[in-house]
This record gives sequence, structure tokens and C-alpha cells, in this order.
Amino acid sequence: MNYSWDWGLLFRSPHIGWIAQGFVTTIEMAVLAWCIAMTLGSLIGTLRTLDNPIAKRIGTLYVEIFRNVPLLAQLFLWYYVIPELLPASAQKFVKRDMADPQFWTSVVGLGCYTAARVAEQVRSGIQSIPRGQRSAALAMGFSTAQVYRYVLLPIGFRTVIPSLTNDFLGVFKNSSLALTLGVMELTAAARQIEEYTFHSFEPFAAATVLYSCVTLLVISLMRVVERRTRIAGNVGTAR
Amino acid sequence: MIEVTGVSKWYQQFQVLKDCSLTIKSGEVIVICGPSGSGKSTLIKCMNGLEPFQQGEIKVGDVSVGAKGTDLPKLRSRIGMVFQNFELFPHMTVRKNITLPQVKILGRSKDESDARTIKLLERMGLPSQADKFPAQLSGGQQQRVAIARALAMDPVAMLFDEPTSALDPEMINEVLDVMVALAQDGMTMAVVTHEMGFARRVANRVVFMDQGSIVEDAPKEAFFGTPRSERAQLFLSKILQH
Repeated sequence: MNYSWDWGLLFRSPHIGWIAQGFVTTIEMAVLAWCIAMTLGSLIGTLRTLDNPIAKRIGTLYVEIFRNVPLLAQLFLWYYVIPELLPASAQKFVKRDMADPQFWTSVVGLGCYTAARVAEQVRSGIQSIPRGQRSAALAMGFSTAQVYRYVLLPIGFRTVIPSLTNDFLGVFKNSSLALTLGVMELTAAARQIEEYTFHSFEPFAAATVLYSCVTLLVISLMRVVERRTRIAGNVGTAR
Repeated sequence: MIEVTGVSKWYQQFQVLKDCSLTIKSGEVIVICGPSGSGKSTLIKCMNGLEPFQQGEIKVGDVSVGAKGTDLPKLRSRIGMVFQNFELFPHMTVRKNITLPQVKILGRSKDESDARTIKLLERMGLPSQADKFPAQLSGGQQQRVAIARALAMDPVAMLFDEPTSALDPEMINEVLDVMVALAQDGMTMAVVTHEMGFARRVANRVVFMDQGSIVEDAPKEAFFGTPRSERAQLFLSKILQH
């Protein structure tokens, strides 16, 4: 292979700035999308465990829609189709006044997609709790909301921390798809350097290293969280 | 205090309770026994609305359990319940298990709740276990914590669903002793159990159930002397053999 390596180009202006900017954008998107995913996902997952059949159906419908349509297709739907369906005033805002529409559309798209996955984790976490816990909490006089707040969710979340970590890594890596909407995130920055310099190995190697550093950091942080939240005397959850 | 009138319950086609009627007066201790699958646990779970029923009426004081507008959480907070598998909340310390419901359901202050918790743990003989987690206690200790948790709500009645069935033989007595003391203090109690020694000591009446029906409801002297139904005689001869 006849390739002249030039690692120095990564550190020359403007390339270094593109990589830094792309890296920050990737992190921002992942964190914001994760906030949406956790909030919405916990809610949807909870709905699926309620006794109310309508709540259950709403939760199931959400999960089946958002996990069965490819993420890339979802991003295009959010960006090209959904705005056309909005009422006129909202359309004006989305198309003209909203700052950075590609970025925010990607955040919402990633968040809603990942929420379906989080919902499934939360549901399985709650359903793994022996039924007697719910009975005991209800028998004390807790309302259904309190049963979830003080008993089922705290136990359920502890059980599924490892799989939630996976989902966070998923949203972080999936954020690279936002380049198709034109967001200058890390992968897009690497591609742009390639287009300007005709060097492809160095920028993509840099992107790979940065992605891996973050995922490894998150994994080790979550190990600590897992250890801290482990229930004393139990390995998993109740009995 | 608790009045069960003509209660029937079905799981789809299968009838688990058949026209059950039972009255528990204030201060009375009722022992409910019978073979497994006879509906005894289901019956006491109907008393605090944990299990719905399709026919009949259950009244606690003057509140109807099955009625539409009944505030079930409020009703349940006035009736303590103890389960076969203890069902302490595993992610909370013993102290928090007992204190949290007082604060969140009764609206007691933290300090007052905590003082009450400590007092109850002393009464249960567990003053030094407050900051342990349930899984770090023995079964008998866990069940006594569960009783303390129920008592902390100042219930007007207590329901026990096979409270000693999941315990090692050595631990059964420490739980029964607490329950006997409770009965002697005048607590209204409905106890599903096979511990006939307990029934002999403190029960006012023994109720015998079979296949979803209340077959016998008699003062304990009569029940242990000459149970009238053949089925109850057979049951007693089997469990009192040893």
C-alpha cells in the first residue's frame, strides 16, 4: 500500500478545530437525547406495567412503532415529513425561526428512538420484581403512584443498570447518523477532513479513538454506579 | 369491625370463594385454617381490597371495601397486613422500611416517625438492627420487622397471611410470641395459619375452609373438642398427628 501517513494534519488548523467541535456536538447530542430517552422511556415503560388496559396499549404502541422503524428512516421522517404536518404557526417556527434545526431534530429523533429501548428495560426491571412487593406496598396504603415512586422503580432501575448502560452507549454511537441531516458531529468532522486532505486513515482513526475513549469511560463509571447502588445482602433484587 | 357477607369470587370460570360470611368483632382473634387451595389467603386479601371479588359485601368499620367510591389506600393504611414472604422493601434499611410509610402515608413528621420506629423495634426485640438491610436479617427477624412496619401505621386490625410458613422451625416461635403478645394487647386479628398451638392459645374462633367455602366457624374450644364437619375432623387428624 502506497500511502503517505501524515498524523500531523490532525493537529493543524482548521482540522483540530473541526474535530474538537464535532466531538463536543456528539457529546451534546448524546446527553440531550439520553435525557429525553430516560424521561420518556421511564414513563412509557411504567405505562406498560400498569393494570389499566388503555395505558398498557399506549405504551405498547409507542414501543412497537419506535423500535421497528430504522433509526435513519426515523431521522428523515422527523426532519423532512413531520414539519409538513404541523399547523402553520408551528411550521413557521420549525422551518424558519428555530436555531440549529438539524441538531435539535437529531436530538429529538435519537431521544424518541432510544426511549423505546429504555421503556423495554424499565418494563422488564419492574416485571422482575416479585408480585408480593406490589401487594405489600399497596397493603401499607401507598397509592399506585407512590408504589412506583418508592418501591418498584428504585428496585427495577437497579436491576437494569447494566442494560441501560448499553442503551446509553447506543445513543452515543447512533448520534453519528445525524451527519445525514448535516450536523457537524464527530463522524462528519472526520469525513470533512478526508474531503479536504484526501487523507482518510488519520481522521477516522482519531474519531475511532475518541468514540472508544468515551465508551470505555462510561462503562467504568457505570461499574462504580452499579456497585454503589447494589442492595446490601442481595446480588440481584429481592430474593 | 370486619364483616364479610356472602362473598363469592371467580377466576374466570373457577370459583375460589363460595358465599363466604364471617364477622370479626373488635379485639377478636380469628384463626383461619384449611388445606391449601381452600381460599383462605384469598379471603383475607379481599378484606383489604388486594383481591377484588364479584359478589357479596365486606365492611371494615362502616366502609364498604368493594364499593366504587371507596378510598382504598386510606382504608388499607388502617389495616395492617403481614405476608408469608415478609415483603420488606429490599433497597431500604429496616429503619426506612418502617419510617417511610408513616411519613408518606400518615404525614407524620420525620422525628416522630423515627421515634415510633425505634420504640417498635425495641418491642420486637430488634433494637440494634435498625440500620441493616432486610437481606442481612434472618427470616424470623425480617418477619418481626414486617410486623413492626404494619403496627407503625396504628392499624385498627391486622391480617396475617401464613406468617410463619416460610420460616425455619427455630424461628417460628419468635414470630408467634410477638403475635401472641399482640393478641393479648387486644389487637383485632385475622390469622391464616396452620399453627394450631397458636390457635389454642389466643384464638377466639377458628374458621375452617375447604374448596372456597367456610365449612366451620366455631369457638376454639368447640373446634378442637368436637369439630362438626367431617372434613375439619380429617384435616385436624392429619395436622395434629405429630
